[in-house]
Amino acid sequence: MLNMKKVSKTYRTDTVETHALREFSLTVDEGEFVSVTGPSGSGKTTFLNIAGMLEELTSGSYELDGRDISKLNDKERSAVRNQKIGFIFQSFNLIPELDIFDNVDVPLRYRGFNAAERKRRIEKCLEMVGLTSRMKHHPAQLSGGQQQRVAIARALAGEPRFLLADEPTGNLDTHMAESVLDLLTEINESGTTIIMVTHELTLADRAKRNIFVRDGQVSDGPPEVHFAAAASA
Amino acid sequence: MFRYYLKLSMLSIRANPALSALMVAAIAIGIGACMSIVTVRHVMSDNPLAHKNDVLYHVRLDNWNPDDPYDEPNEPPEQVTYLDSTALHQAGRAYRQTISFKSERVVQPEDEDAKPFIEEIRATTADFFTMFDVPFEYGSAWDAAADQTEERVVVLSSEINQRLFGSEDSVGRTVAMNKELYRVVGVLAEWMPVPKVYDLNNNPYEKPENIYTPFSIAVAGEWGSSGNNSCWKPTGGGYEAYLASECIWIQMWVELKSASEKGAYLQFLDDYVDEQKKLGRFPRELNNRLDTPAEWLVYQEVVDDMVGVLLSLSVLFLVVCLLNTIGLLLAKVMRRTNDISLRRALGASKSALFAQYITEAGIIGIAGGLAGIGMTWLGLRGIENAFSGYDFISYLVSMDWTMVLAAVALAIVSALAAALYPTWRACSVSPASTLRIQ
Repeated sequence: MLNMKKVSKTYRTDTVETHALREFSLTVDEGEFVSVTGPSGSGKTTFLNIAGMLEELTSGSYELDGRDISKLNDKERSAVRNQKIGFIFQSFNLIPELDIFDNVDVPLRYRGFNAAERKRRIEKCLEMVGLTSRMKHHPAQLSGGQQQRVAIARALAGEPRFLLADEPTGNLDTHMAESVLDLLTEINESGTTIIMVTHELTLADRAKRNIFVRDGQVSDGPPEVHFAAAASA
Repeated sequence: MFRYYLKLSMLSIRANPALSALMVAAIAIGIGACMSIVTVRHVMSDNPLAHKNDVLYHVRLDNWNPDDPYDEPNEPPEQVTYLDSTALHQAGRAYRQTISFKSERVVQPEDEDAKPFIEEIRATTADFFTMFDVPFEYGSAWDAAADQTEERVVVLSSEINQRLFGSEDSVGRTVAMNKELYRVVGVLAEWMPVPKVYDLNNNPYEKPENIYTPFSIAVAGEWGSSGNNSCWKPTGGGYEAYLASECIWIQMWVELKSASEKGAYLQFLDDYVDEQKKLGRFPRELNNRLDTPAEWLVYQEVVDDMVGVLLSLSVLFLVVCLLNTIGLLLAKVMRRTNDISLRRALGASKSALFAQYITEAGIIGIAGGLAGIGMTWLGLRGIENAFSGYDFISYLVSMDWTMVLAAVALAIVSALAAALYPTWRACSVSPASTLRIQ
């Protein structure tokens, strides 16, 4: 489903060249729940951005559902993002001036659904995250956990096959983090593929598969081993 | 999607009311300054006879000094002599023709207690009214026979009809001028050709005369011209000598229905001048002209050069206002890079975001345009007050629907132009770079 081969990403300024990913290769099959861990600056977020087509890769190849992403133009990439990928961010990224209904509506607008279909999907997703009664509230009126659930509803509204989550519980307390993880697990069990970047081992353990990123390269295996190795090095 | 963009635009404007108001104000002030001058220029450069531009012609014959042209490099005089105007008019070779000049008479109202007053008169011929589309409220123009028989008839403007007869249908009543009685045959409806194309000699923006009489009766009464009189050689004393002189003081227009008629009439003028040369007149080379109303307005430089300078300055001012708007829009858009990046991540293409922000700029443009109409109105009132000593100023500072629509259109185009760069910058933001730092 997701297939990256020898992907490299280099950031260049006039004086400095930073290699965020070096020949990064990874395959994720449909229905997997993959956690991505690694020390700060290891390239986790860069990987997620490239996976979500928010950034261009410098070299290598990236195929999503068998399509070579590098050959798509802006409109096609936007359509793929809209239809196949859902994003969950650490800081929720809700639009403050829109109410909850309209926030969940954003990706559906770009999908071109009619009003009835959008309403059906929004209500279904808000019901799934338990926020139907808060539909007309604005983000500032919700707790952090509720805001992240709205963000999850927004990510799910387009019924994507991929959920890309970047530290989804990073801004939440333990209780709320557990609740969000339970929700992600439930979503994965219903067939949605999830890739979750986290630096917390307890959260990474909830995934079916763990990959560890260090110096822009990937290795499979339990994250504890890699963290222990990194700590003793 | 357009309704969605409208909704987002209104939310964005409400979320930043001060910034949005500043942008609207910048556009409105720029539009107001620019459109005030554009409106004045539009009125000044209007051609009220544009619909007859291919049939009406102003006649010029070069009877001037052989050693010194009337105007450089080789322009014939702007008016014609009595000798030539009457000869050409009597020849009747055009489909229609009219000769006229401006004079003055003392009008004595019917009410003996009312004081007499001096009024400007146009002495002209019957075709004048048809050729210049003069509208009638009551009655009609006199006929060609009245021109021949020196009939004492007048046509009144609505203004003087109101003054003398309280706006009643005065056809058949009499008006006393210089102690002679004239029978009213027609009363005009409101008529204000701006500029006054048929006689641009003094002030092109003055209102038309209030009283019209046959040319023949004016000459028979030895009325002098109160318009421009120019002579290139001395004249003898007395009115008869004046009529026989080479002085120019009469405006002549002809109506010709086709290009071939125009060609034939020009040939007729050349033949006439050749005949006159044999009598010792017209010492210069053949140099007769037929100018359309549009050509005549340009030749007479009806639009003052200063208006062009003011127009350039006002356009420059609009550009400065737009640069300010660009800065404000840039500030607003760059504050919203998170929103832009998020929408990109959720599936918005660059073109969709571009459409969203351009829609917002369009709304600001419309608001700026509407406010700009108000600013234009204020600007025109300012011009009117500054030149309140001039009777004609009120005709130059009136807005019409064309100008209102032009103001709104200019504001929208300006706002969209101002929005192009900020919107392009916004759409070029890498979504990952903004979302990462949240």
